[in-house]
Order: sequence, then structure tokens, then C-alpha cells
Amino acid sequence: MATPAKYERPLPSMRGLAGEFYGYCKKHELRFQRCLGCGAWRHVPREMCADCGSFDYEWAKSSGKGQVFSWSTTTQTMLPKFADAVPYSIVIVELEEGVRMATWVIDVKPDQLRIGIPVDVVFDDVTDHVTLAKFRRRFQA
Amino acid sequence: MHPLKDKACIVGVGETPYTRGTDRSQLNQILRATVAAAEDAGLSPRDIDGIVTPMPMPTVEHLAANLGIPDLRFSSSSNIGGAAPVAALQHAAMAVALGVARNVLVPVGWNAYSGAGVRGAGRSGPVGLPPSFGLTMAEYYMPFGLAVPAQWFAWIATRYVQQYQVPLEGPAAVALAARKHAQLNEKAFMRGRPMTMDDYRNARMIAEPFRLFDCCLETDGACAIIISSAERARDLKQPPVYIAGIAEGHPLPADDIPSRKEFFRIGLTFATPQALAMADLKLDAVDFVEIYDCFTHIVLLELEALGFCKPGEAWQFVQNGRIELGGELPFNTHGGLLSEAHVAGLNHVAEATRQLRHQCGERQVKDAEVGVVTGFGDFGDGSLAVLRR
Repeated sequence: MATPAKYERPLPSMRGLAGEFYGYCKKHELRFQRCLGCGAWRHVPREMCADCGSFDYEWAKSSGKGQVFSWSTTTQTMLPKFADAVPYSIVIVELEEGVRMATWVIDVKPDQLRIGIPVDVVFDDVTDHVTLAKFRRRFQA
Repeated sequence: MHPLKDKACIVGVGETPYTRGTDRSQLNQILRATVAAAEDAGLSPRDIDGIVTPMPMPTVEHLAANLGIPDLRFSSSSNIGGAAPVAALQHAAMAVALGVARNVLVPVGWNAYSGAGVRGAGRSGPVGLPPSFGLTMAEYYMPFGLAVPAQWFAWIATRYVQQYQVPLEGPAAVALAARKHAQLNEKAFMRGRPMTMDDYRNARMIAEPFRLFDCCLETDGACAIIISSAERARDLKQPPVYIAGIAEGHPLPADDIPSRKEFFRIGLTFATPQALAMADLKLDAVDFVEIYDCFTHIVLLELEALGFCKPGEAWQFVQNGRIELGGELPFNTHGGLLSEAHVAGLNHVAEATRQLRHQCGERQVKDAEVGVVTGFGDFGDGSLAVLRR
């Protein structure tokens, strides 16, 4: 899973709400939208709150702590630029705040994944402009 | 009584051969299926005055120009992937019931094997992806290497298998039943290629938990359906097949899978009570089901959403031949997307129609009166038609 010298995998656009989300990732901060009307956290980013209808939100800082909710393990190449990563799992992590996101857990092999594995966020600066929020297993003392 | 109940009928069905490899364009395939559907109905293609397209291409205008339709009065599209063909029937039913159009065409065709297949999505990037979910995928999934249906439905299937401890025998029973039925269908791509449990188990993994035979086929071909008002249908060539109940439904949210509070609530969960209420029928009246079978685990989830069994219990429900011809609830009597062909499930509508006309020969469900067809697409949008003779 080493990052290729020249990074050629698909990248987010860095525009609009996605740009805001990934902009915080670039600063190594995991932030999600939190509604200023009802306090609900949300991801993926939205223009308005699906719970209360408010257009007002803040980018609230996540603890970065979560657990494995589900995963999708890719065993044959689907995207050519990810051929060198096969087999890999796109994991759904549920954060303490309740939001869930698609990501990678970088130090757990696909056949070792289980629901509920505790994870912490780590930031992978894949290019000069884009940082992806990934996760690592948290070993409790 | 629901104002749309039994007001529209399927009057014509047409299909091209289902192949891997063709010299014909997508448009050509669709036009040939349309001509066959018109002939089946006893209509001229020029009698078509409404078109609903469940796929972005070709456009309504393209189709009408080729068919020589002199007076196209109604056009619409449904952009919800594999749920679109059945949802398109609802558009068509409303149009003919209200007199907006007389004969509405619903066509699906693509060269999914020879042309840009589903697998091609990952190679071509977000360009051309349906806008309903393309944005979420491009910004939040593709940077992590997820871009094709086998991958995103694996999120749902993995959690499902883990949470309910679903053994291999569950999805296997779905794949084996479909393949068995395909042996009785001369149009089925997998006719002549029976499958054993060992074949199923030993097939390569595509995206866990989906093995090769958990995944639908990629084929070339087209299917077309013509809908007319019930009044008009009685004067046409074939026995009318009534649209007794029809509905579409969507998961919350429809454009993102990970954030769903209720992870196994799919579009069909919402559509089922609506369609059954409209048809004024209970599940025990259903003689057979044609279920959108993009992946076997999804069929299990749909059986639960339909209410045939409780959450997590579908893998037991499908055992011991219950969903095979001769069983309690025959499923995908033509072989489905798994073993007949992939025309986004419009072939399920064609099969249900022929079953209800009692035209299915050795795979005919005896005395079939009521059949259910489901659609499932994009990130889990759903649709459901309750058809009766």
C-alpha cells in the first residue's frame, strides 16, 4: 500500500463543500458539518440539514476516534490505478460523533477486519494539494 | 380504490437475442426490440405516442425519429439505474390512464459486454456516471478506490453477512435457482451451462463477499415493453396483463450509502407497502416473483424488504427449492440478470408478462394469476410492480 512516487489515483475536486471538507484534511483536521439549528452532525457534506432544514452549519472538529462499521474488499482490479493495492478494503468507519465515512484502515488486512474494531484517524498527504483521512487500529491499554 | 389500479396494461413485449458480441449498435438493438414489441401487441411502431427511457441513452428524440413516430405526445425519463425500468412503467401507466398518450414505449438496451460495460465505469472515471450519485462517488469514494457496483453493494452485503451470520448456502441457493431456470429458457445466455454447488463455491472472488456467480451477467441486447390503457388493451392482440400496483421508493439518503441510519432499508422497503396497497393484495396472492438480481445477496435483502421473511432470515427462506419452479415462490423463472441477460431488469417485466399470459412452455408457473417484479438500482433505489392477468 505504498504511495506511488507520482500519485495517479482519482482525487477529489477540492471545489465546493468537498473542497471545504478536504481543505481541513489538508490541515490534518478531521471536521464534519454540524447543524447550527439542531446540532446534528453530518457527512457527506450537504447544503442544508436533512433533520431540521437549517442552512446554517459549522465545521466541527471530530475526535477522530471511531470503529469499523462495514467494508468492501476488492480482490480483482476495478480501477487500474489501484491495481498495486489489490486486495484492499474500502472501510466504512463510524466516528464517535455518529457520522460515517468511506476510508481505509491502513494497518488491518482485509481478512482481519471485524465490525467494531476501534480506529483512530491518520492523515495521508497523497499529493501537495490533497490529503486523505485514513484510519489505524487503536490498541487500548 | 387507488385511481391507477388496473388502469394500464402491458400489451407488447419484444426482445433481441441476448449475446456476448454483436455488430449492432445500442440504438439498433433497442429499435429491433421495439419493433418486436409492437408486433407482439398487434400495433405499428408508429402507433407509439409516448416514450419513457430508463437509461440516459439513446434519447427519446433519437428513438422517435428512427421509429417514424408522427405525433409523440409524452416523453419522460427515470434516472435510478436498475430501479428505472419498473419505475418507468409507472410513468407510462399514469400517462395512458390519464389519456396523455395511448401507447407508451419503455425500452432498455445496451451492449454491456461489447461496449462500455459496468466494469468500464472504473476505467472511464466519473464521466457519464448518473448524476444522482456520481458526485458522492467522485468526491468521497473513488479516492479510496471504489467505483463499481460490486464494490459499493459489498458494503451492504458484508455488513449483512456479518450481522446475520449468513452462510454461503444463502446466496448460493439464489444463484443455483436462477441457473436452473435458465436451462428452460431458449433466450437465456446461460442455457446449456448448468451449475453445481462446487462450481459456485470454487469460482473466483470478485469483491467480497461476491464470488463470480453472485454477480449478474454482462450481455448485449435489448428489451422493449409497450403499455396501453386497460380499455384499449382488451382490443389488442395479446391477453392483457394489468398493472395492479406500482411504486418506487428510495433509501435515506439515496446518494450515499455509508451515512444511512438504517443500513438495510432499501428503496423497496418503501415501495412495497405502497404497491401492495394499490393492488389491494397480500403477499400470499403472489404466484411468482421476478427480483432484480444484480447480486445474490441483494436478492436476499429484497425478499426481506418485500416481507416474505424477517430481516436476516432470507438465507433460510430460499433453501430446499422454495424459490425454484415447482416450489412455493418461484423466482426469476427466466434466469434473471444472473443467468438470462442484463437489460437492467426490463427482461424481468417481459418474463412476468409472458408468465401471466401463460406463454412460458416448460417453465410456466402453473395457473399463474399474480406476479411481482422488482427493480433495484444506483445505491439502492427500488421499484415494484404487481402484475395480474
